[in-house]
Amino acid sequence: MFPRPIEQTSRATQIMYKIALPVALFLWLMPLLGIAVTSLRPPADLAQGNYFGIPSSIAFSNYADVFRNSDLARYILNSFMLTIPVVIGAVGLSCLTGYALGIYKFKSNLLIFFLFVAGNFVPFQILMVPVRDLTYDMGLIDTTTGLALFHIAFQTGFCTLFMRNFIKALPFELIEAARVEGVSEVRIFWYIVLPLMRPAIAALSVLIFTFIWNDYFWATVLTTSREAQPITAGLNSLKGQWVASWHLFSAGSIIAALPPVAIFFLMQRHFIAGLTLGAVK
Amino acid sequence: MSTYWKANQRRLAPWLFLAPGMAMFAIYVIIPIFQSMWISFYDWDGLGDAVWIGTANYVELVDDPEFYTSFKNNLIWLFLYLLAVPAGLLIAIFLNQNVRGIRLYKSLFFFPFVISQVVVGLIFTWFYAPGFGPIYLLTEWIFGQGTAILADDRYVTYGIIAAGLWPQIAYVMILYLTGLNNVAPDQVEAARLDGAKGWRMLWYVILPQLRPATFIAVVVTVIGALRSFDLVSIMTAGGPYGSSRVLSYYMYEQALSEYGYRMGYGAAIAVVLFGIMMVFISGFIWKMWRDETER
Amino acid sequence: MVHLKKGALALTAALLMSTSAYAQDKRVLNYYADFDPIPLAAFEALITDFETANPEVDVVLQNFDHEGYKTAIRNFLTTDSPDLANWYAGNRMAPFVNAGQFQDVSDVWEANGLSDALASAKASMTIEGKQYGVPYTYYQWGIYFNKDAYKAAGIEVPGPEGVNWDTFVANCEKFKAANIDCLTTGTKALWPGAGIFDYMSLRTNGYEWHMDLTAGKIAWTDQKVRDVFAQWAKVQPYITANHAALEWEDAAALMVQGKAANYVMGNFAVGNFKQGGMTNDNLGFMVFPEITPGLPRAEEAPTDTIHIPSGAKNVDDAKLFLAFVADAAVQTKLNAALSQLPTNKNSTVPADDPFLVAGFESLSSAYALAQFFDRDAPAEMAKAGMEGFQEFMVKPENLDAILERLESVRAKAYE
Repeated sequence: MFPRPIEQTSRATQIMYKIALPVALFLWLMPLLGIAVTSLRPPADLAQGNYFGIPSSIAFSNYADVFRNSDLARYILNSFMLTIPVVIGAVGLSCLTGYALGIYKFKSNLLIFFLFVAGNFVPFQILMVPVRDLTYDMGLIDTTTGLALFHIAFQTGFCTLFMRNFIKALPFELIEAARVEGVSEVRIFWYIVLPLMRPAIAALSVLIFTFIWNDYFWATVLTTSREAQPITAGLNSLKGQWVASWHLFSAGSIIAALPPVAIFFLMQRHFIAGLTLGAVK
Repeated sequence: MSTYWKANQRRLAPWLFLAPGMAMFAIYVIIPIFQSMWISFYDWDGLGDAVWIGTANYVELVDDPEFYTSFKNNLIWLFLYLLAVPAGLLIAIFLNQNVRGIRLYKSLFFFPFVISQVVVGLIFTWFYAPGFGPIYLLTEWIFGQGTAILADDRYVTYGIIAAGLWPQIAYVMILYLTGLNNVAPDQVEAARLDGAKGWRMLWYVILPQLRPATFIAVVVTVIGALRSFDLVSIMTAGGPYGSSRVLSYYMYEQALSEYGYRMGYGAAIAVVLFGIMMVFISGFIWKMWRDETER
Repeated sequence: MVHLKKGALALTAALLMSTSAYAQDKRVLNYYADFDPIPLAAFEALITDFETANPEVDVVLQNFDHEGYKTAIRNFLTTDSPDLANWYAGNRMAPFVNAGQFQDVSDVWEANGLSDALASAKASMTIEGKQYGVPYTYYQWGIYFNKDAYKAAGIEVPGPEGVNWDTFVANCEKFKAANIDCLTTGTKALWPGAGIFDYMSLRTNGYEWHMDLTAGKIAWTDQKVRDVFAQWAKVQPYITANHAALEWEDAAALMVQGKAANYVMGNFAVGNFKQGGMTNDNLGFMVFPEITPGLPRAEEAPTDTIHIPSGAKNVDDAKLFLAFVADAAVQTKLNAALSQLPTNKNSTVPADDPFLVAGFESLSSAYALAQFFDRDAPAEMAKAGMEGFQEFMVKPENLDAILERLESVRAKAYE
């Protein structure tokens, strides 16, 4: 086990390590503490330039105000209505495509695989204008559906890479045995392989949830009204025409960060297991 | 019909499984790439008619000083963002112990990656802010005169990269943590018996086993560096006077921003950015292809 | 009754409306806007008044957030066009007018005598002789200052008529000795710097010259342009350092704290100053100093406007609405709630707000009104210009390179 297990070092080193851990964590997370403190500041503080000093009072009301003064509840709802279908769609499609590319041997297998991989790495900007026009023409501009469709399509690239690598590592004998017994391909997929993919599905779902929930660029390009905007773009509405309400913005940001964090903590084990098996192979 | 299927399903099944995914991908990714290339040959304000101008946008790009500033900044991003890889490795090694509660620590160190980049950009902007930002006050304390990093065209790009490194290091750290879990313990024991320790152990025994993790870490870091839109947009909007601009932001500025009505020109910039990334993408694909065919 | 669309509520409301026979008799006006909370309340009141005066019309207001609206408008003018839409005057409306997306409303101006009542704002609503919208408010720009800072530096506190340029520059020296920034600004969003440039230009070379400059008729390398920057260079050393990293509110905080004395800003900033603790006693306003003696005094007065998109379905009622908004009494009431100035010269302002009174004075007696650099100049020129102004304030030694660059942008931007 690398580095040397701490139990094998001197007592002094062990104590130093146990102290170093929380100190390092505090330094690492300081920016987060900054946002948390700002979210509890009254606006008068900020108008006076007091961003990092002692707050003149603790304004828990900011958290209520941010719901009152903006459509934060609506934006959070939009984010869920966007992210959950995308996770289902992208992970679902990539189970299919990953299975096809991982199990079957055919001539264009590698070519199609690389097409998915390459497509996922392109800069967003080259897609910006045509995708916006396409969404427009389909009448889906400024809708959650339009944004979701794009994300499902785009994330299929990354998810296919992930799933295909994972499936390749599965024992092929299971499939061979099933084929010998005359089980149809579709049933093999559904009853044999899919259950084995559960850790990868869990891991990928968490990753995709985080990516889509935190996406800012496409949310601003494809959605503009509060009926459709997810929270990343919606937070911008807290920057009014003249005055940016930073205290509300911070409170809103903390609230916006909670769902992906919660999901991450709940699904940690799957997440790390899936990363091990899927990507680092 | 069903007998045809039964006889040929092994040949047809992959295409069945691939069809929906490929269709979506083609419509939303592959075709738009070509459409953007097509638009770059037009002069179009996004509202009225498009006018064919051939390669005029590219000619203008060659003479455009903002383009070169953006390009230079992209290169700086590329090189410095890679610092996330060794940094992530070091933190992963630091956390790779079995003390009580280490799992909580690992999760908390990963936190920055889970937050939106918008929030990361905002908090770092306040950290750098002249007058009250802690980093500004730090430079004042060390150098006697405070430096507002985001206001200084010499340092602004570096300041934004530092903000971007925070979540990126967290991402790389997790990749290496899982990689370290897969390091063969018997090799480590054998090397330890041979007297290897510290840096030698790391370099000769551990790192070679971490090669897949390193590969993925480099790939996502390079892609992230070239994509850096959110942070530039939030922290400086390309300023001061365009000195922190990167190609991804420049394209958006020209095509869709408040003062940007030039879709064709923006598309041309996007095509150039795409070209640059294709160099790296081809490199990665080639490496993956070699790995695949070696098996 | 004002209908404010809000997601599910809108759906329910729409369903109720469609099933109610009474509601079916009303004609609907769809209005898209981007109001902040206070203006939104003011407009809801205005809409209620309009509906009282025109009971057969029902105005449905859909409000966007300010930033999102700027992108949304490019979409909805082509797809799902409302009958009325907010926007701005001058060159900001030009892309839409030239693409045929805003309707010509010169007939509304004719029929209601607006050419006289809205005379000061007419030029900015006119392209090639026709008017394309109706302005409902504007606000003054000028110098806001901290009287306590003046006293701390031992300088006589100016009145609303201001001081002349030489006095202002001399005062800056004294502020520096007292360790106070003479002039503060926050140019992170670029536009505050343009405000300073506009005034330098208007006061050095006059209104007509400034309009020619923003219209692209004057080369940026011309000597007169250099004259403007030469005057600007006199105060450049006294401007807050690091303004390029400051949002305008951060600079306002500096003035609130007394660390800076003067701020070239618009009247919307007063709310911000007061929230930080300033009062009518220590917050002052004065018009920008005269630089070239004898030049008629022009001012900046960015104007907010309402337009009728070409895809509008209910054009007749939309024109009724525009005429209503242009009315003197309506504007008096609206602007009292907005804390801004009515564009109708026959309106009045509340006497207890010293800043509105001073602003009304300043603008009604002004020789002419500029719209602000990013509305007077076309988009590309505006962006390049504002970046150039910011760079000049940080590195005045780069002036030659800046002017060369602006000149090359001018060659392309005015086709």
